[in-house]
This record gives sequence, structure tokens and C-alpha cells, in this order.
Amino acid sequence: MNEMNEVRKPPVATTGIIGWLRINLFFNWTNSLITLFVIYCLYQFIPWILDWTIFSADFKYNYLGEQITNQEMCSRNLDPENGGACWAVIYVRFYQFIYGFYPKAEVWRVNVAYVMLALALLPLLYAKLPYRKYFLYFTYIFPVIAYFLLNGGLGFTEVSTNKWGGLLVTLVLGCTGIALAFPIGIMLALGRRSKLPVISMMCTLFIEFIRGVPLITLLFFGMVMLPLFLPEGIDMDGLIRVLVAVTLFQSAYMAEVIRGGLQAIPPGQYEAAKSLGMSYWRMNLLIILPQAIRISIPPIVNTSIGLFKDTTLVIIVGILDLLGIGRGTLADTNWLGLSYEIYFFVSLVFFIFTFGMSRYSLYLEKKLKTGINMGAD
Amino acid sequence: MRSNLGFFSDEKFRSIFFQTLVVGLFALGLFFVISTTSYNLEKRNIATGWSFLQNPAGFDISFSPFLEFKSTDTHLKVYFVGVLNTLLVSITGCIAATILGFILGIVRLSSNWLLSRLVYIYVEFSRNVPLLLQIILWYSILIQLPRVKQSLQVLDVFYISNRGLYSPRPIFESGFSYVLIAIVLALISSFLINRWAKKRQDKTGQQFPVFSSSIGLIFIVPLILFFILGSPLSFEHPELKGFNFKGGLVIRPEFIAMFLALSIYTAAFISEIVRAGIMSVSKGQREASAAIGLKQTWIMRLIIIPQALRVIVPPLTSQYLNLTKNSSLGIAVGYADLVHGFGGISLNQTGQAIECMAIVMATYLSISLTISFFMNIYNRSIQFKEK
Repeated sequence: MNEMNEVRKPPVATTGIIGWLRINLFFNWTNSLITLFVIYCLYQFIPWILDWTIFSADFKYNYLGEQITNQEMCSRNLDPENGGACWAVIYVRFYQFIYGFYPKAEVWRVNVAYVMLALALLPLLYAKLPYRKYFLYFTYIFPVIAYFLLNGGLGFTEVSTNKWGGLLVTLVLGCTGIALAFPIGIMLALGRRSKLPVISMMCTLFIEFIRGVPLITLLFFGMVMLPLFLPEGIDMDGLIRVLVAVTLFQSAYMAEVIRGGLQAIPPGQYEAAKSLGMSYWRMNLLIILPQAIRISIPPIVNTSIGLFKDTTLVIIVGILDLLGIGRGTLADTNWLGLSYEIYFFVSLVFFIFTFGMSRYSLYLEKKLKTGINMGAD
Repeated sequence: MRSNLGFFSDEKFRSIFFQTLVVGLFALGLFFVISTTSYNLEKRNIATGWSFLQNPAGFDISFSPFLEFKSTDTHLKVYFVGVLNTLLVSITGCIAATILGFILGIVRLSSNWLLSRLVYIYVEFSRNVPLLLQIILWYSILIQLPRVKQSLQVLDVFYISNRGLYSPRPIFESGFSYVLIAIVLALISSFLINRWAKKRQDKTGQQFPVFSSSIGLIFIVPLILFFILGSPLSFEHPELKGFNFKGGLVIRPEFIAMFLALSIYTAAFISEIVRAGIMSVSKGQREASAAIGLKQTWIMRLIIIPQALRVIVPPLTSQYLNLTKNSSLGIAVGYADLVHGFGGISLNQTGQAIECMAIVMATYLSISLTISFFMNIYNRSIQFKEK
């Protein structure tokens, strides 16, 4: 009897590290062959890329110990055998990458705006923040503060938008586009589902038109055609014209995402709200939209990632965002031929933002799933 | 319930009132825009109308594989060259992205941990870096290739340099049309054989080697005909003359950069769609098909993929639409597509901003609608058919 009670351990070959290796990497001979091949390729590739990006790369000084001020001083241009990436270009041009041509004396304003942006995003991203209510008030007034801080006015000297550039423009376009497109998208989504045929038709036409043409044509529209539509004397800023195009574009996509959320709300919710005597707007504001937006947050984040990447298109109409500054640097004879370093750096910055957003959207999706299940139980 | 607003609380009246209001405001806005625009145009001496389409363009287009383009040709021809170039990069890009995306999506689900991680890293990197950046990066790699004189030679017939890929151009001689007819006939007959074999299998359970017989029909029969007719096909090889190659078929780096970037970027999205589609097929399906003794490859082909396609096709359609719209980024590297050629250079030369943009937008809308239309037909054909 004693022997029967004894718990037998699983065979060694299926548990622990060895078991994991056997199941995931060496399950059968084709699998093992693939694993060995991949390891061989990685063995060839990883040391080379590490060497190029880090070990033989110049960060500020070249291998002779001189501070690098142009591409001729990069180790790899002095001695092709001895040197990898030349990150000094990023070091030297870092200010432009982050602030564009914003005057150095006023740059503290941009820094304050960056910090405030982080503070304003905090209550939106993290629902359990203590004193979230007060943080949210700050979020609502942040756009106004940021406008005066960056653009000038209220005692600040004016900095015209053609001096803005780099990450500043990328963030301004991304954040403003998303923030403005959100309410417009909600109105369009409600309009498209409206029972009034004229309104529903107009919203549908607008959404389908915007979604059917590439963003670049809308940017051209903003740049070339918008000035023709406006009466004389109204001279719109280039950045604002681009913002109009980006916002129109994003609001159509946002509308479709929110419409998906609206469709997921069971009709009982509408009927219950109406039976309480609520008007159309009260019903939508208090009952339908809070639920619909909650479900559509992950796809909203996904379209926002798309917009954030698409802001790079503004370089085609001559606005210098992060990528634009990168290309401008490459056109400078001092930094000719350093395209890999510059594109690598710009990609990395975009990757950090967009990958962060996509991870956040996954986290929300997981949280939402458990939330809904708990409600159903 | 009484209301002091009187007939305003009547729902029917209110609906008509608001709709009239919206239409009125819209018409007012439209009137305002049209009147200011016509005033602005008059002041800038821009005559509206479509006659500019007949004017000579006055510029060259470097990449026009289908139509011969000279600088004396009209702006209308610029438009057609642009449409063809947009379609060329979109269609080839969609095909490549689909193939690569399906392979990667399946590999991503492989039981080999290392392989699936590798695909995961690729997917995350190419999804999270802006497409425009990827296009520019590919282009900058391609134009850093060796100069024409030092061009890389592949298999003695292809030359790769910073001016693009030069390959022999096929020249079809008189008898070649028979070979083409044979290929078309073979395609039709293998399609009919496929239908017949399916019907017979449904009725009797007997199988017919459709795949191998189709291969035989499509490849071997035309090949035999080709040799019987005395090989009516020759190649014009590119030759280095002076600073450039003469003759042969050239694929410009702008096109290669667009093609690579578009297909690699979209393949990352497609692979995630394929992965989600395959995972949506329940585990029981795989187990049941293994239990009736189907081989692993047959399980994938006959059981998993057909069911996964129902989930895959709708988002795949929107990826095709995205790729087509994204092909407009060719302007960044000078690929002469619709936006760069007609919406860019022609617009700047003629100043007819409204007309050019309207034509470009209408063309993209029609391309998008056409893709949606055909993909919807395909989608309907693969959905569950209830008998």
C-alpha cells in the first residue's frame, strides 16, 4: 500500500530546462536541424551587428580620441578597417532631432511642455492613479497651456511654427491629431448610425471618402487647395494646414472604430434608456457612449499607432518632423553618407513610442476581457 | 406629457427641421467655398477646365514599363503612366505580401520556439517603424550599390548596380503566340478538370491527381510546343556602353525599394492576420482530422486553411486597400506613380490644383472600391454555405 501512495515524478526528459529544450527546440530531427541552422545564422549575424552598433562604434570621439565634428572624422572614414557606426552625428545634432530650430533661449518651454504632456497622459493611461480627478482637470486644460507655451503669447515671446521641428513636431502632430479626432470621430460615428437619412448619408460619404484616398492626397489638399478655399487675408500656418488634413484623416478612422463599439451595445440598453424618458443626447452621453468607448479603446490605440507612424508623411509637404530632420542632416555635406546611423536612430525613436503603445493596448485588452467576464458572472 | 415647445416636440417635425438645417448650412458653406475659390482663382489667373490635359507635359518619366513616354506627350498620358505604375507596384506588392505573410504567419505558429521568436521580432520591427522610413531606407541601400561599371553580375545575365537591376529582355518571335494560346487553353482545361474531379469525388469518393495533371498541362505541353516551333523566343542582353547599359530590361531602384518596403511592411500585418485566423480554428478540428488519419500537410490544406480563410479574408482586404493607398508614398523616392507624376509634377507645371487633386482622389477611390468589390465576392464564396 505504501508503494501505491508514493507519488512518482514525471520523467526528467519532459520537465525542467532539458524538457523545455526537447519540446521546443529539438522535438524531431527536422526541428533540430532548423534550430541548428537558426543558431548558426544568429551566430554569424549578432556579433557583427553588436560590433557595428556598439563595440567599434564612435559615440563622441573617434579612435584617435578627437571629438567628431563631421563625417570625415568618423573612424570608419579615417580607416575603413577600424570602425563601425558613427553615432557622433546623433550626438552633434541631438538638439535638432528633439526641438528642431527652436531658439535655444526659449527651449525650456518645450521641456516644460514635454514634462506636462507626460503628466497629462498619466491619468488617461493609468486608471488607478491616486487623485486621478485632479490630474484629469489638468489634462483638459493642458492643450491650452501647451499652445501658449510653445507658440508664445501671454507674456512669452512668439516662436513661429517654421522653427519647430524634430520630435516636437512629431509629438504635436500625433497628440493633437488624436485628441481632435476623438470627439469628431464620435460625432461622425453617431451621425452614421443616425435615423435621420440626410445626416447618416453625409457622414457615411465623408467617412468612406476619407478612407478611400491616401493620406498624402489629403496633405496635398491641405497644402495646395485649402488656401484657395479661404477668403483673402486669412493666411493659414503650414503646420495648421497639415494638422487639418491629419485630423480629418484620423477622425474618419476613429469614427469607424467607435461605430464598431456602438454596434456591440445590445439594443436593450437603448430601449432601457428611452423607457426612462432620456433624450437622444442624454442617452448617448450617459448610457451608450461610456460603454461603447470602453470596448473600443484597444482599436482606438491601434489606429492612434497608425496615425503616429503616418505623421512622417508631412516631410513630403516640407514640414520637418523627426524623419525630416534626419533627411536634412543627411543633405548636409558635413554628415553625408551616414544614412544608416540616422535612419537607425529615427526608427528606434518611433519604435519606442509605437511599441510602447501597442504593448499598452494589449494590456488594456487583457484587462477589459477580465473586466467583462467578471461583469457577466 | 405636455411640452411648452408645441409642435417642436413632434419627432417627425424635429427630424425634418434638423435635416433641412444641416442641408442648408452645408449648401451655404459650399456656396461660400465656391465663391471664394473662384475669386481666388481669378485673381491668380488660373483658368479652370480640363483642357490642360491635352497640353504637352514637357518632362520625362524615368520609369514607364508599359507605355512609351516622351516629354512631348500630354498630361493625360502622364496620368495613364501614373495609374499603370501605381497598379504595377500595388499588384506585385499585394502578391508578394500575401505569400510572405502566409509563410510567416504559419512559421510564427511553428512548434520551434527559436523560429517563432525570430518571426515575432521581425513582425514587431516592421510593424512599428513608419513605412515611409522603410521606403527611404531601402532606397538608400539600393543607391549605395556599386556603380554601373562595377555592377554585380548574377548568373552572367543579370546586372545589379545603383541604377537598378538589368536583365535580358525577352523578344517574342512570330510563332510564340501559339505557345501563349496553349498556356491559356491548359489553364482553362485544368480548371475544368478540377471541377470535374471534385464532382466525381463528391459522388463516388474516387480521387484524381488534379495537381500533377494540371502541372503537366500548364508547363509541359506548352514547352513541347515551344521546341516543336523552333524556340520562337530570344533575349536581348543588356550591354555596357559608355556610362550606362544599353538594351535589356531595366527595373529601377525606385520600384525595387517601393516593392520591397511595401511587401515587407504589409507582410508583417498579414502574418498576424493569418496567425489569428489559424488560431481561431478550434483545436478539435485538428485532433479530429488527425484521428481519421490525415497527414499533417493535408490537415493544413484541407481542414485548417479553408476554415481560417473565413476569418482571414475580411482583414486581408483592408490590408490590400492599405497597400494600394500606401503606394502613393513613392513620391518620397521619386517613383513616378499617380501622386508623383500627375498629382505632383503635372500639378506644379500647370497650376491646376483642383482638377489634378480631384482626378487623383477619384482614381484612388475607384481603385479602392474595385478591390473591395472583388474581395467581397471572394469572401462570399468562402463563407459557410448552408444547404
